[in-house]
Amino acid sequence: MTLQDFVANFAAQFDETDVSAFNPETKFHDLDEWSSLLALSIIAMVDDEYDFKLKGNDIRDSVTIEDIFKIVNAAS
Amino acid sequence: MALLSIKNIALKGIASCVPKKVEDNSSLKVFKGDEAEKFSASTGIYRRRVAEKDSTTSDLCYHAAEKILESLYWEKESVECLIFVTQTPDYILPATSCILQDRLGLSVETYTLDISLGCSGWVYGLATISQIMSASGMKRGLLLVGDTITKFCSKDDKSSYPLFGDAGTATAFEYLEGSEFKIHTATDGSGYRAIIIPEGGYREVVNESSLNKINYEEGITRNGVELALNGLDVFVFGISKVPQSVNLLLDKIGVERDKVDYFLFHQANMFMNEKIRKKLKLIPEQVPYSLENFGNTSSATIPLTMTVKIREQLEKEKLKLIACGFGVGLSWATVYFETDGIVCPELIEI
Repeated sequence: MTLQDFVANFAAQFDETDVSAFNPETKFHDLDEWSSLLALSIIAMVDDEYDFKLKGNDIRDSVTIEDIFKIVNAAS
Repeated sequence: MALLSIKNIALKGIASCVPKKVEDNSSLKVFKGDEAEKFSASTGIYRRRVAEKDSTTSDLCYHAAEKILESLYWEKESVECLIFVTQTPDYILPATSCILQDRLGLSVETYTLDISLGCSGWVYGLATISQIMSASGMKRGLLLVGDTITKFCSKDDKSSYPLFGDAGTATAFEYLEGSEFKIHTATDGSGYRAIIIPEGGYREVVNESSLNKINYEEGITRNGVELALNGLDVFVFGISKVPQSVNLLLDKIGVERDKVDYFLFHQANMFMNEKIRKKLKLIPEQVPYSLENFGNTSSATIPLTMTVKIREQLEKEKLKLIACGFGVGLSWATVYFETDGIVCPELIEI
């Protein structure tokens, strides 16, 4: 699993935000399109792609996309 | 591990009752801009039934019970057991099942019991009533299951209010040699705060500040005696535990998933339910939904879905069914059973 792929998978859950807005340091909670439904999409994407169950707190407590990547990476 | 095999009790009929009043999610003030549209597209919930102020869960269940008794031609005196599953009882005490025994005109010799469970409640209730009947030799029992969740959701909370509808159901059970329920039940109380009304019980009693509205974020305002739903935690729970439980039961009973006619899941929301369906590799035709018009009706979702989606098949065909309830507790349970032409009257509206 690479960080680059993870960011791409993360970005793919968004419909309106331009792909250029996504990089490892992106503070996803600050994106206009961010919502609780997108949080569910991220959890589902990680479950599908990485076979890992993020917890609600993993999403709530993470600031950047890389923060989430680290949680998933540490478990795999 | 709780894997139950309950013999000689069969499901004979199901009736469901909803309030007449329809509320469209597109009309809710809590949504701004295109939020309502997005919400419905993702949850699959477009409208819901909402009970009037003076109507309770037991009223809905009463009408469902009268209907199923009449449709089965059961004498009231022949009902020996009545179990009421709800989280919206008439009173804190007495138990509502006592009130229903009298209101329905059942014998004073009736065994009655209230069970406090939500989304897993129909399957747990089925497990309980069938075990009691199987062990005692009682011949006929009624399981009344439902909730009026809209009564304790804040209208200013878009994370809960637009999801829930009200409904009451009645399921009839009878002694029948050779029949069987196979059930998996489970509990994870460490997640008890994921779906909670924090105040109003005896851990956090009602106090002067209980009715103060607190704004948690845009569109999420509620007080201490209203439902707080942590959607992320419930989602993670649902997409992991439900497939596990269903797979476990399928393995145990040795039935191939494509041989099961219908999988009746608790109707949480389309986003979560479709994830579950895909993880279990089920085809859409096997998984009926009633979300669009009724939303999440808590413990009533499974029988309500049977009434509004597969009523004719239930009445005419021999079916292999799996039902799985999951949610508040956290609590979940899955049952496998077969039916051979049960009584399933049309939806009642009051």
